[in-house]
Amino acid sequence: MINLKSVSHSYNSSYTIRFKDWTIADGSQWLLLGESGSGKTTLLHILTGILKPSAGDLTMDEVSLYKLSPKALDQYRGRHIGIVFQRPHLIKSLTITENLLLAQSLAKLPEDHKRIEEVLESLDMIAKKKSYPNQLSQGQLQRVSIARAVINKPSLLIADEPTSSLDDKNALSVLELLMQQSALNQSTLVVATHDKRVKDAFTHTYELK
Amino acid sequence: MSPLKISWKSICSKPLSSSLNLILVAFGTSILTILLLASTQINDKLSRNSKDIDLVVGAKGSPLQLILSSIYYIDFPTGNIPLKEANELAQNPWVKRAVPLALGDNYNGTRIVGTDSGFVNLYNLKIKAGKLWQQDFETNIGSTVAESQHLKVGDEFYGAHGLTGSTDIHKAHAYKVTGILEPQGNVTDNLILTNISSVWKMHDPADEKEHDHHKKDDDHRSENPGKKADAPEIQNKEITSLLIQYRSPMSVVMFPRMVNQSTNMQAASPAMESTRLFSLIGVGVDTLQWFALLIMAIAVISVFVNLYNSLKERSYDLAIMRTLGASRSKLFLIVIAEGIMLTFAGTLIGIFLGHAGLQIIGHFQESSQARLNGLIFLNSEIYLLAAGLAIGIFAAIIPAIQAYKSNISEILSKS
Repeated sequence: MINLKSVSHSYNSSYTIRFKDWTIADGSQWLLLGESGSGKTTLLHILTGILKPSAGDLTMDEVSLYKLSPKALDQYRGRHIGIVFQRPHLIKSLTITENLLLAQSLAKLPEDHKRIEEVLESLDMIAKKKSYPNQLSQGQLQRVSIARAVINKPSLLIADEPTSSLDDKNALSVLELLMQQSALNQSTLVVATHDKRVKDAFTHTYELK
Repeated sequence: MSPLKISWKSICSKPLSSSLNLILVAFGTSILTILLLASTQINDKLSRNSKDIDLVVGAKGSPLQLILSSIYYIDFPTGNIPLKEANELAQNPWVKRAVPLALGDNYNGTRIVGTDSGFVNLYNLKIKAGKLWQQDFETNIGSTVAESQHLKVGDEFYGAHGLTGSTDIHKAHAYKVTGILEPQGNVTDNLILTNISSVWKMHDPADEKEHDHHKKDDDHRSENPGKKADAPEIQNKEITSLLIQYRSPMSVVMFPRMVNQSTNMQAASPAMESTRLFSLIGVGVDTLQWFALLIMAIAVISVFVNLYNSLKERSYDLAIMRTLGASRSKLFLIVIAEGIMLTFAGTLIGIFLGHAGLQIIGHFQESSQARLNGLIFLNSEIYLLAAGLAIGIFAAIIPAIQAYKSNISEILSKS
């Protein structure tokens, strides 16, 4: 259960965005809609615990995120929140498997090769586990970045414009994978987008104006 | 996947700039290592060879030349001094021990030194095989001589006139090896010792005229052709120099002045001349040292630029690591570790290259008296390693602080 309560954020103290309260039930799948400039990225960064809002409170499973120490917040984020970015952004100097190992060890979880195989298997990427990021296509990289987001079985899976740089076919399949993976790992899913193609797949929508 | 491994992978992913940094650091360190080793060894050799000798008395000329010829056996002697006057000095109450030297001949480039048992006591020489020389033309050879000239106890050889070269051989008498000395780690390992009268007899005109010997006008060994008949008499005997040990420190001031003013000879202090010699070499050492430090400074800048640039490229990577749960201090550690790994590895390679380089220099050195050894390790090399660590930290600290301070929300929203 995630609670967003009277949160607002101001840039340069002159421009303030207010967000309406939001309650996200465990396991639900949400669409976060908004034009660019509407504060979508700001809200996503607040949700992922990398941007402290100027006012208001965010609780996730009874934990008030921004009352944690910076170090505890980093660790909480690593363990409980998985993020899929618009572009994959894997670490170039590491192989696919090493990228996933990194996600485990940075969250201070034991390295678990079985879990890595399992996730890569479910995303149909097991054949590429020893490849480097620059040897993969965009669609394949996005799959790996989904794998990285779910590797630690997060309670919240956030995707920021995951489909905007992909064609129709890839966009749909990425969306399917996100929904399938969040169900598989019992994660709550929030997808932020202005992509009209993905609208119909969701029942819950949080709209920014 | 420890921070160290992440740093290591990052270094490996840009082999060109990493190896440039490595080469710069290694090059600077190797020069410093060679300088450190060489100056320590030279200094060490200089002081070990003149350890117990307070003063050298010889013919007038350059004091440095006198020291070089009579202590280090490198340069030519300044000339000869009359034995009579030398003996008078040796009787002086200030003198505890006086050892005469008669130089002038060599065997395949190894100097033959005419001296007495005082020399053995002065350098604390011990016999490894055979016995000490007693009769004329009996010799003791240093351990290095035995090895390089393949001489053993009982062998005979002919000395040649001069300090190098073997064109002018004294065929009248053959020297005989009666003993081999234990290795001393100083100049005596490279000498052939015999008694003074052997050297005199070698050059005695009565003996020499037997073979066709064209006498050269040597300045280092006089044979007074006009006094053939008197040659065996002690009055006209000459030696090259006298090594002197004082009875008390008081003599340091008085005795050299007395020699220089009241006799036709000169006195030179090994300690003073060695210091002077070293200060002459020191100019070159200083220049090289600054050169090496300059290279190190360039290396620091290069590592810094490398890290700083790669940080710009990697800021997104580092931000992603933060979203994956890495703390600020972990990013700091990753960047700092990268700098330290580069410079530390460079320093290790540099120290290795320095030793290898010195060993190669030593291999091609002509004079065995001052041969440099690359296999000796010094404690002060620890400081070089520490310096390697320090410049790594120095070069990486600004990029690391930037990584620590970076605002990931800002970086991520810029994509």
